[in-house]
Amino acid sequence: MTTLMTAVTTTATPPPVAPTGDHHNLAIVLFAVIVLVTLGITLWVGRQGNAAEDFYAGGRDFTPLQNGFALSGDYLSAASFLGVAGLIALYGYDGVLYSIGFLVAWLVVLMLVAELVRNAGRYTLADVLALRLRHRKVRAAAGGASVVVTLLYLVAQMVGAGSLVAMLLGTNSSQARTWTIIAVGALMIVYVTVGGMRATTWIQIVKAFLLIAGSVLLTVLLVIRFRGDLFELMRQAAQHSGVGQRYLEPGLKYGATLTSRLDFFSLGLALVLGTAGLPHILSRFYTVPTARAARRSTMWAIGLVGGFYLMAIALGLGATALVGSDEVRHANSAGNTAVPLLALVLGGGNGSTGGVVLFALISAIAFATILAVVAGLTLASSAAFAHDIWAGAWRDRPRRGRPDEVTEKPSEQQEVVVARFAAAGIGAAAIVISLFAQHLNVAFLVGLAFAVAASANLPVLLYSLFWSRFTVRGAVWSVYGGLVPAIVLVFFSPVVSGTKAALFPGVDFHWFPLENPGMISIPLGFLAGWIGTLTSPEPADADRFAELEVRALTGAGAA
Amino acid sequence: MPQQQTSSPGQGQRFEWWAVPAAATASEPAVGFRRTAVPAQPAPVGTTPVQPTAAAAEPVAAPAVPHRQEPAPESTTDSTEVYRTVQAGAAFQDIRRSYRAFVFPVSGAFLGWYLMYVAAEAAAPGVMRTAVAGPLNVAWLLGLLQFATTFLLTWLYARNARTKRDRAALGLRWDTQDQLR
Repeated sequence: MTTLMTAVTTTATPPPVAPTGDHHNLAIVLFAVIVLVTLGITLWVGRQGNAAEDFYAGGRDFTPLQNGFALSGDYLSAASFLGVAGLIALYGYDGVLYSIGFLVAWLVVLMLVAELVRNAGRYTLADVLALRLRHRKVRAAAGGASVVVTLLYLVAQMVGAGSLVAMLLGTNSSQARTWTIIAVGALMIVYVTVGGMRATTWIQIVKAFLLIAGSVLLTVLLVIRFRGDLFELMRQAAQHSGVGQRYLEPGLKYGATLTSRLDFFSLGLALVLGTAGLPHILSRFYTVPTARAARRSTMWAIGLVGGFYLMAIALGLGATALVGSDEVRHANSAGNTAVPLLALVLGGGNGSTGGVVLFALISAIAFATILAVVAGLTLASSAAFAHDIWAGAWRDRPRRGRPDEVTEKPSEQQEVVVARFAAAGIGAAAIVISLFAQHLNVAFLVGLAFAVAASANLPVLLYSLFWSRFTVRGAVWSVYGGLVPAIVLVFFSPVVSGTKAALFPGVDFHWFPLENPGMISIPLGFLAGWIGTLTSPEPADADRFAELEVRALTGAGAA
Repeated sequence: MPQQQTSSPGQGQRFEWWAVPAAATASEPAVGFRRTAVPAQPAPVGTTPVQPTAAAAEPVAAPAVPHRQEPAPESTTDSTEVYRTVQAGAAFQDIRRSYRAFVFPVSGAFLGWYLMYVAAEAAAPGVMRTAVAGPLNVAWLLGLLQFATTFLLTWLYARNARTKRDRAALGLRWDTQDQLR
């Protein structure tokens, strides 16, 4: 009882946390170090090969451990590191749902997707579909959906990067945000065009290592602070949350109305099914030599991601207990600075050397996280454009007036050149969109990207891998049947119009009540694929399915 | 499309590690090996007499299908035949059965368990608030259990794959690739 009392007295009053100037200088130095190190990796690794296999798949010679780190690096965006911990710091238990959805999603990847995709495809998601559905429409649809998903995710990351880096550097001016977005965009274009998949993978590995190491350090310091008593951590968090016991119960964020509960369910569905349709995650499986290596890298990723989210929950609780929900909300209304503020307190408080160093270190890790994730997304997006849309669909199109002319297949070297230009173009587009979307909620954009991935990419992928009767029309319908409803429902949701926080706050044309379209658009994607297959004029090609099935399950003839 | 070429010998250069033993066993009579390998495959299982006959009949039936749709190149027709034969073989059917028998029920189970957990928070917040131990309530307990089951199922899946189908799949991969060259 006495130890409990001392614990209460030492941590009962949250120390005043108001970031002042001096710890930002060190953060700027560490940011510069990270930029230099990543550029060094890009230049050094980028010279190792220039073939399509190097650019898209990193030469396919990464080990499962390396790829496991790279997978978790691609997956654990700043939205996870800062966002999930921040949500927990603000909303307590309701923030935990994010982490659980993000983790359980990996079981879908592990069991239904990873090994089969590794064996059946070469560079992109559309490769898997095109193995049995050899039609340019399928490639165009799947490639287009991949570009949309990655672009949405990219904008989410860059908008987050803008506000986050500006805030971590101690300014909140819109000019600093704008220049951050432009600088991050320029860096990611350099990484991808110069280094391709190999450099991107190494950047992910370095970043994932830093992220895990930083989280372990903070968690250990936190647990020491509470003398290993995690229940005490929870009690303290509830005490300093401003809402008492309700902090530890569901419903703080999503409990008010039936609509918000449905929204919660919709988001949960999108999170768990979206991961297996994310193009930048799927293309990671091509960087290892075999399906078995793909499985083992997924297992590493599950271990790392799961361990990370357990730490993120502790850190979110710690931020509430030691910093206080009000301080967290005061520093950033979305809670994004909860973890850096916690680092400041754990290091010894504002003004102490330990606090300054730890704050700068955690800020630099968050910066590395952003850089790595946007690079991975740009690469996946450029691959979908060059390999699927340009080489697979556009160059194969029937030419009017010259029906008999056989168009020459573009060489892989040409394709890589196009992919490099596409990376620059997509990067530029992402910069422009992000500048206009700066006041959109980052968590919403990520949730939307997951919903679109789950609606447009997952149904067609699962049908192709497992349903022998699936046809070309089924595939095309399935992609558009998920993609179009997801986009349309968001357009008519309260996110775009009708509320104060909406994209167009002045007008109101919303009729769809939910923020996340997943609950409607994911079943529609599956339904459209099913109806399209049933109404197909020609039957499924059993030969192609035999090839896909044998290749997917045994690896015979795999790239 | 580029990925079609994977069945052609040119793609084989990435697999030098296995190509060495494969070349040693079936170096020159590549065509003859294919004929003998097909009936040999069901032998280790051999429980169902239907499948071997289906496998034997397939090479005759298969070439008719691709020609009807579009004039495919010679090698494609050839590999199609191999894939159809392998797919119908008992060895492959076994691999597929052991894969699907684990993956389908388990996927249904963990998706159901996760959606039940999410729905419970939306539908039965009262139950979720029930205290269990100290500050832990039912909601936290279920959430931590989600973590535990995810790690457990990952391990179970890997063990199932390693013990039930990895060896057979690798053997069949070599067999099939021998036939394809």
